Amino acid sequence: MISKDQVAHVASLARLSFSDAELNQFTKQLDQIIDMENQLSEVTTEGVKPTTHITDEINVFREDVVVDDGISRDELLQNVPETKDGLIKVPSIIDKGEVDA
Amino acid sequence: MNNLDLSIDELHEQLVAGKITASDLVEHSLDAVEAHESDVNAFVTVNDRQALADAAAIDEQGIDPDNPLSGIPIAYKDNIVTKGIRTTAGSRMLENFNPVYDATVVNKLNTAGMINLGKTNMDEFAMGSSTETSYFEPTKNPWDLDRVPGGSSGGSAAAVAAGEVVAALGSDTGGSIRQPAAYNGIFGIKPTYGRVSRWGLIAFGSSFDQIGVMTRRVKDSATILSAISGHDEKDSTSSKREVPDFTQFIGQDIKGMRIAVPDEFFGEGIDEGVKLQVEKGLKQLEQLGAVIDHVQLPYTKYCVPAYYVLASSEASSNLQRFDGIRYGFRAEDVKNLTDVYVKSRSEGFGPEVKRRIMLGTFALSAGYYDAYFNKAAQVRTLIKQDFEKILSDHDLIIGPTSPDTAFKLGENISDPLKLYFKDVLTISANMAGVPAASVPAGFDDQGLPVGMQMIAKRFDEGSIFKAASAFETATKYYEQQPTFKGGAR
Amino acid sequence: MNFETTIGLEVHVELKTNTKMFSPSPVTYGAASNTSTNVIDFGFPGVLPTVNREAYRLGVMVALALHANVTKSTHFDRKNYFYPDNPKAYQITQSEEPLARDGWIEIDVNGRKKKIGIEELHVEEDAGKNTHGDDGYSYVDLNRQGTPLIEIVSKPDITSPDEAYAYLEQLRRTIQFTGASDVKMEEGSMRVDTNISIRPIGSETLGVKAELKNLNSFNHVRLGLAFEEKRQAEVLMAGDQVRPETRRFDESSGETILMRVKEGSDDYRYFPEPDLPAFEIEDDWIEEIQAAIPEMPDKRRERYIDQLGIPEYDAGVLTLTKEMSDFFEETIAHDADPKLASNWLMGEVSAYLNANKLDLLDTKLTPDHLAIMIKLIQDGTISSKIAKKVFQETIKNGTDPKAWVEKKGLIQESDPAVLEPIITAILDDNEQSIIDFKNGKDRAVGFLVGQIMKQTHGQANPKVVNQILMSELNKR
Repeated sequence: MISKDQVAHVASLARLSFSDAELNQFTKQLDQIIDMENQLSEVTTEGVKPTTHITDEINVFREDVVVDDGISRDELLQNVPETKDGLIKVPSIIDKGEVDA
Repeated sequence: MNNLDLSIDELHEQLVAGKITASDLVEHSLDAVEAHESDVNAFVTVNDRQALADAAAIDEQGIDPDNPLSGIPIAYKDNIVTKGIRTTAGSRMLENFNPVYDATVVNKLNTAGMINLGKTNMDEFAMGSSTETSYFEPTKNPWDLDRVPGGSSGGSAAAVAAGEVVAALGSDTGGSIRQPAAYNGIFGIKPTYGRVSRWGLIAFGSSFDQIGVMTRRVKDSATILSAISGHDEKDSTSSKREVPDFTQFIGQDIKGMRIAVPDEFFGEGIDEGVKLQVEKGLKQLEQLGAVIDHVQLPYTKYCVPAYYVLASSEASSNLQRFDGIRYGFRAEDVKNLTDVYVKSRSEGFGPEVKRRIMLGTFALSAGYYDAYFNKAAQVRTLIKQDFEKILSDHDLIIGPTSPDTAFKLGENISDPLKLYFKDVLTISANMAGVPAASVPAGFDDQGLPVGMQMIAKRFDEGSIFKAASAFETATKYYEQQPTFKGGAR
Repeated sequence: MNFETTIGLEVHVELKTNTKMFSPSPVTYGAASNTSTNVIDFGFPGVLPTVNREAYRLGVMVALALHANVTKSTHFDRKNYFYPDNPKAYQITQSEEPLARDGWIEIDVNGRKKKIGIEELHVEEDAGKNTHGDDGYSYVDLNRQGTPLIEIVSKPDITSPDEAYAYLEQLRRTIQFTGASDVKMEEGSMRVDTNISIRPIGSETLGVKAELKNLNSFNHVRLGLAFEEKRQAEVLMAGDQVRPETRRFDESSGETILMRVKEGSDDYRYFPEPDLPAFEIEDDWIEEIQAAIPEMPDKRRERYIDQLGIPEYDAGVLTLTKEMSDFFEETIAHDADPKLASNWLMGEVSAYLNANKLDLLDTKLTPDHLAIMIKLIQDGTISSKIAKKVFQETIKNGTDPKAWVEKKGLIQESDPAVLEPIITAILDDNEQSIIDFKNGKDRAVGFLVGQIMKQTHGQANPKVVNQILMSELNKR
């Protein structure tokens, strides 16, 4: 049984927040889903190699040659909510209010 | 008669003969969009002006007689990035996102002279089986407007079924091309993992995602798949194998083809109407000379739990880049960095996306990795081996695409788990990385389309095209058109 | 109570490549913000990484130079965390199967030699740069994002700050000689994090460790560790417990300052990177890389002593940096006498570099020019006094010594036919000096030589002058 606290912890890892009502609902749903996932424990997997890549390719390298994709800095920055002098502007870790105070 | 009921070959002949122009085709498409969009809502963005301009340019330079795709309109699922045309992945998070580059598949089809008619609706970040999780309102099924078109490539499927375009690209992580193809009575193929470059596909589950084609006619998919396949140095997982011309398999005799029918694909939870049509389809294939074997895929029941752990884990990581900093939705009233992250993500993502992020984050978190992620990855190995064993002495595995036909809007949205199990028949092909398609197999007693799934060995899409085209020729289900019944209007 | 110390070092080194670890955008230093970037570095939706072969090759080279075992079956992993300079919110690294394991290097502290084990080495991508403004915002530049790094993690074999210092010196020297990195702390191409714990001598379990950050030089590492060793001992002696902390070295006070107490471990949710196929590193490739490793400093030193007759101390100094050692070898490859080349590099050249705070490669001196100058001295064309002038000109302006000596007329005059008349004339004008000489006053010779040098603007070969002068004096 997954607890509300556990769900809140996972949410903080994923940078998501939930209202109390949402948290209750998510906890219930996640609990059901994880319960379904627990079926996996029925399978004997001793000595079975996990499959994490499904491609046939191995040893794929790129040569160390610069490729200019022709996309300018302005284009790269065009979707950025806030920029300054070609830099991406982000509120600091610390609360702005605290800095002003 | 609508030009868009014709096959690409037929359209190409007319274009070359000068009976129609590319501009005519785009206009016909836009007329159909105009006629049906208020009912169907297949598109998030219609690329009307640019499409008309592109068509005019192609008409100006003349149709290339050796290139069947020249001047043919196509729609792209809205998780395939298109330079200068907003790409939303069905999410509020990317409502105003304007990509600065084209996906490899878009590049290839542009080069082939195809015209981008627009971007189709989808479940948010391809997470869903009904297109109801889209931020841009659900798409509706042209066969019955009270029903879902399936998902997540529901917009692409509905656009093709409604005759808005002859072809659309979709993406398939756990059945997102095949299930909506089945629900809409069209052909849809998810090629082998690695066959088509994923560069420019907004990632969901990176070891599962594949771009594929959805069309009414089997050969049209073969033509387009030949054009988008092949190694791409930008995608290290894309295959270096040579790509055959898939149209060579169209019309080939299927006498002696060995078909495996897994008992598990006809078990509990499969609608009687679906079973009936697929069994009828199998008989038809037998009459055409195929040899049918009944087999077992014992790990089938673990596909859903293993898939949801693995795909959600990958998704939880893939979707972390949506943090409100470099692009996409940023919440208002943010005081500090934590606000930017938490508020932007909590307001930008819908509930299904959050559920999967939560599940994936949990499965990777300290103390749970071995029991969930690693265990599921081991089960994946067993599922893959199951498939390899059966496919070592069979050309195809055949069964239903989906346990049911299109369900009513809103019917399953409140029960995520029930919806997850609808993917039970399609997930396995993604787990094993093998190619699979849904082929129209008639209708159930409510007149809703049924899909028959064909799964082949890695890189043997040819067998699918061979069997699907023989079946199409024998059944001609594509001749039946959607009825647009029901709906609010 | 007596304690023993255990120190761990995690060293990040930038690998010298043209392009990023996972994208083909250029690696630059000092370019305008966000110009050395592309859609991959920005982490745009739909982009995919590709692995830089040269970065992996250099990683393997460093691993081999550090005597580590290269992992054959390996793959990349994702390390998940949110930060503005980390655009994908995951770093692609190697966690489960690092590039190599179980290496070692030998250090020498006050003549005591000791092998220090290396736990593992792995390649990964660097993050961008996040600068905190004083306006409540931070500013992100992604130029550095994706720069290839190799991380080298030591085994808990280091037991004193001096050993840590020696380990870093030896590590830097070894990597520098492979040519895989510039390994400069001041430019950020080498970065050091360290942790330290102490325990009562004889205790089986390691003590609680503190991590140190903000270490800008090897000396700061040594000072910070020494302070921390003392601080922890005081904590334990007072009957308290050391907390798991991250501490910052403060340059001005030489103390370490608490940044934060660690609560539990960070949860990075590592898992295999699905966008990059796995690797089966082939033996042939490893052998090829092994064969391409340049000669290491210890080998070079031995060769200088045994084959070139360079004194042991000098050979050690010459092989301290690859720059110096390479310069020396190129100079003698231009036919300069090895001993003279060594003397010049250790003498005038080093003095010039120290006085001007420059690196050898920052100057205009070339091995070719140094060799020419040494040959000019050897064949008597210039005096060693003039040579010092020539050297200043050459190192400052990159002037060819021979051309300059000719142009400025600095060639030493050794021709007796030219010098004799001058000397005779000077003797004729200085009768008194001859008398003084005959009376045994040696000073007279000095005076006469001075007059000759003045007349010849210092270009007369002193040896030849001396010979002629003495024979002329004895004749009179």
